[in-house]
Amino acid sequence: MGTAELAGVEVVDLASTPLRELNRRLHEPADGVRTWRILNPNGAHAVACGLDSEIDVEIEGHVGYYCAGMNKLGTVHVHGNAGTGLAENLMSGAVIVDGSASQSAGASGHGGLLVVHGDASARCGISMKGIDIVVRGSVGHLSAFMAQTGRLVVCGDAGEALGDSIYEARLYVHGEVAGLGSDCIEKELRDEHVAELSELLARAGVDDIEPREFRRYGSARQLYNFKVDNAAAY
Amino acid sequence: MCGIVGLFCKSPELEPRLGEYLAAMLEQMSDRGPDSAGVAVYRDPAPSGSSKVTVYSFDPEMSWDALRAELAARFGGAHESGVRANHAVFVVEGEADEVEDWIRRHRPDVRVMSAGRAIEIYKEVGRPRAFVEQFRLGDIEGSHGLGHTRMATESRVTTEGSHPFSTGLDLCLVHNGSLSNHNRLRERLRREGIEFQTENDTEVAAGYLAWRMREGASLQEALEGALADLDGFYTFLVGTADGFAVLRDPIACKPAVLAETDDWVAMSSEYRAIAVLPGASGARLWEPEPSVVYAWEKALV
Repeated sequence: MGTAELAGVEVVDLASTPLRELNRRLHEPADGVRTWRILNPNGAHAVACGLDSEIDVEIEGHVGYYCAGMNKLGTVHVHGNAGTGLAENLMSGAVIVDGSASQSAGASGHGGLLVVHGDASARCGISMKGIDIVVRGSVGHLSAFMAQTGRLVVCGDAGEALGDSIYEARLYVHGEVAGLGSDCIEKELRDEHVAELSELLARAGVDDIEPREFRRYGSARQLYNFKVDNAAAY
Repeated sequence: MCGIVGLFCKSPELEPRLGEYLAAMLEQMSDRGPDSAGVAVYRDPAPSGSSKVTVYSFDPEMSWDALRAELAARFGGAHESGVRANHAVFVVEGEADEVEDWIRRHRPDVRVMSAGRAIEIYKEVGRPRAFVEQFRLGDIEGSHGLGHTRMATESRVTTEGSHPFSTGLDLCLVHNGSLSNHNRLRERLRREGIEFQTENDTEVAAGYLAWRMREGASLQEALEGALADLDGFYTFLVGTADGFAVLRDPIACKPAVLAETDDWVAMSSEYRAIAVLPGASGARLWEPEPSVVYAWEKALV
């Protein structure tokens, strides 16, 4: 076993291929190979990190820490669960997880879309800087901690201290919020918010929830030095 | 860091391979803890009226028969049921706490690693793979067991500072994290008569649980007490005669994954240690919530 090329799909079995070899090949994909299938990840760390081109990576199983970290342009689809630090520092492209994600999913992400179809645990979207995150299930405590910009959509519930010390990220929660963190408040859900929610849910492939049923949360702007003159920067 | 693993056999067919699976899980956690490794296994309960102790000798050339003869002379009957590296297990016709106390007072050249009816603890410095080979983990049968790979932060790398720590008869604890109030708590527990053998923070957590349960608390209550009295980061895995329990601190920085199939329940710091188990890809997987005690026990017959 090892690798096999089939109709433009490169198959890599992590049971027999070293992780560093896989990531090196993903960083410099051969001409014409746009789709990769990764077998037997078995919880390995740092699978498909640092992608820098428009390739699709399908991972068949559960991954460990930092999967798809720093991804730019690529699309990574995990057919399983993901460990700590999923899609951390995502720059662009998309990361989709069919199962659940452990803590700090989407941490400090600058752009792109992260979709978790199960639950994400604590600190989802911590220090997010422009990433969009859609979680089909619930998120754990301290999610969107110090979130600067970007959108976090939670179709289930949110744990304690949601949006603690938040800057200008926008948070949407469909279910219960166990508690809001410092300087995070509920805000009116206006038409423009329903419009952006609809677009985010559609991009995430979620079509069974009414956007108007969400509640919006954001910064009270009491904790950090907000100047209205800079509003356009967010 | 540190790595934790635990395996509980729901199906008796798995029991002959407990040690083999624990070994495979431990080796997956080598990166998380290269300094030392250890396991607690629950197996071959001592007959009624007898107890079982695991003893570690500082001297690798230890003559265990002399200790066996002394135990037999004091308690009326004792046999050695297995030697693995520098550890030996004795089944003694006496109460476990009395046997443990006698060894502590009369044989300062050895350490009691565990005492009870079913528990055996083995631990040693070095890489997990070396530990697995040295202690022939692969041939251990049992109903359940837990293990630890240590990356030392709080105290010295020694055999005694390795995990699991015994917390009482048939009870033990492994820990990923660090406690910040262990010095003060150790002094408080010493005044309550709890003895400590190291400067290790986890030993204080073990002593705390032993103290709470000595005062009448159930394991559940003792662990809930830990949430209030232990300051620091922790994922704990506690082994009992009937199963194991998991607790994460309220902040829950330290990882934990739980998995269950019809045949087993497993706990680990990371999924990759669970992936080595049969049927892992189809297991129900979840992350334990902070501040919640999870416990599994064998069905009472």
